[in-house]
Amino acid sequence: MSAIATPPATPRRRAALTPRELLVEVLKYTVLLVLTVTWLFPFYWMFTSAIKDDPQVYTIPPVLIPNPAYWNNFADAWGKNNFNLFAVNSVFLYALPATALTVISSALVAYGFARVRWPGRDIMFYICLITIMLPWQVTMVPLFITFKSLGWLNSYLPLVVPNAFGSAFFIFMMRQFFMTIPEELADAARIDGAGEFGIFVRVILPLTVPALAVVALFRFLWAWNDFLGPLIYINEQDLYPLALGINRLRANISATGTNALAYPYLMAVSTIVVSPILLLFFMAQRTFIEGISVTGIKG
Amino acid sequence: MQSSRASALPWARLSSRDRRGLITGLLFISPWLIGFLALTIYPLIYSFYVSLTRYDLLRPPVFIGMANYVELFTKDAQFWKVVYNTIFYVIFSVPLSLGFSFLVANLLNARIVGRSFFRAVMYIPAIVPGICTAMVWLFLLNIQYGAINGLLQSFGLPSVPFLSNPDLAKPSLIMVAVWATGNAVVVFLAGLQDVPRSLYEAATVDGANGWQQFRNITIPMSTPVILYNLVIGFIGAFQEFTSAYLIFGVNGGPLNSALLYSPFLYQNAFQYLRMGKASALAWLLFIVVVIGTMMLFRSSARWVYYGGEK
Repeated sequence: MSAIATPPATPRRRAALTPRELLVEVLKYTVLLVLTVTWLFPFYWMFTSAIKDDPQVYTIPPVLIPNPAYWNNFADAWGKNNFNLFAVNSVFLYALPATALTVISSALVAYGFARVRWPGRDIMFYICLITIMLPWQVTMVPLFITFKSLGWLNSYLPLVVPNAFGSAFFIFMMRQFFMTIPEELADAARIDGAGEFGIFVRVILPLTVPALAVVALFRFLWAWNDFLGPLIYINEQDLYPLALGINRLRANISATGTNALAYPYLMAVSTIVVSPILLLFFMAQRTFIEGISVTGIKG
Repeated sequence: MQSSRASALPWARLSSRDRRGLITGLLFISPWLIGFLALTIYPLIYSFYVSLTRYDLLRPPVFIGMANYVELFTKDAQFWKVVYNTIFYVIFSVPLSLGFSFLVANLLNARIVGRSFFRAVMYIPAIVPGICTAMVWLFLLNIQYGAINGLLQSFGLPSVPFLSNPDLAKPSLIMVAVWATGNAVVVFLAGLQDVPRSLYEAATVDGANGWQQFRNITIPMSTPVILYNLVIGFIGAFQEFTSAYLIFGVNGGPLNSALLYSPFLYQNAFQYLRMGKASALAWLLFIVVVIGTMMLFRSSARWVYYGGEK
């Protein structure tokens, strides 16, 4: 890599690349270009298939630029299949409550692990970390039985309430952020007679708003993307989140005969469900990357 | 809780400061502590108990000892198929994703214009809903009108039955997994950017070429991140559900060739209502994941270099 950083032959002007360096540069961007095209192609296919009609879907060679484009497919696929309701369910019954609870509980717990000194703390934190490795399958059946006996099936309670108890991954993430805040700030408040909870709320939390945003962003994303959780707990169609709505549309494609516009509709709805995430990502790219990096590197 | 605290930390021996700290600390972590006991420890034990029973949710559980385990190991041919599929999937998808994302991260760490754009391209498949990407792949890989086969055909090449050939079902899943490995790319890239520039500068002065620098600086300095991604990838691959379940359906495609462990477990629990068998499966998975992870950490003493940690 640093072979590319050539010592300038003529000062001030950028040195001309030697043929070998030029080759490396060309190669590098060629690989990147091929990767980019390959990686984005599924999204391109998703989007262009969404605006096809059936003859265009079943044409060989594949139609890469649909002409004419059926833009109505978006509204039809969404509207005819009740997706407004599914979106409301996803956001208001699942993602927002889960996010709010996770942010509060994870910050609280992480504070106890990061900034309060108490005997046994490190052991407890270690145990907390280990639970990240616990496969969800192990607790799936007992939790299902428990939530069933509580009468919580066909509701979002099994997916939302557990967030009130913190999630090891987010506790870890918040703890990493809390650790970076200088102790002096809390000490000053302590001298002023503030209790630990007061310090947490009034001194530390305002400083960790960016970290809280990272947690909120990821938790929201997970709820928006979650398929398995609702698959286990939600059976009633009026309660479906987006993921189950898409899964239901998928049933229109079968071996025995595919419904009219099954693929375009499936792709249209998928495109719509993907877009807010893309938008969110490009608006908050730094927050995303920071979150991933912080938890990843210091692990 | 009381007894464990009493045995590990005799209350009387603590200074008053420690006592106050302990109470404050426990209060702060109490949500997690309650959740840990109610949503982790209790289900963990309960799950083991259920694995020793026959239980269909309708009638009360019947204790049958190790019969679920014995049945899985000796009578259930599908179980071994699923174990084989899953191990195949883990053994190929984890190293391929890891190696690929490490190379891409290195490419992105070189002097390039538009790094954050390329990073975004790699990362996006990892953050969009798995069901949407599964639907696209289902369509892309379709033998008749999928784009990939369409393109192959227009070049006069034979079409590839990605989804209907038992030999290609697992490789197709692995391909989707590598495509969605952006998380590891981002983590690797962040790790690479933490490697002190001075090391490369010193190596350049000493006349080391690009490959030697990669071999002797980049790789050793990245080993902690490689371990992290390896463990995360290993655990994740064993638990893969969404793409396998959605692309190949609940029966795992042709001849169950893409039936992975988690969909199999789900199928037993919620389609056949065999909670006992499903719990036995879960415990076996748990044991394998724990042993595997421990072995990875053990081995890391030999190949992970922590000298560069700040």
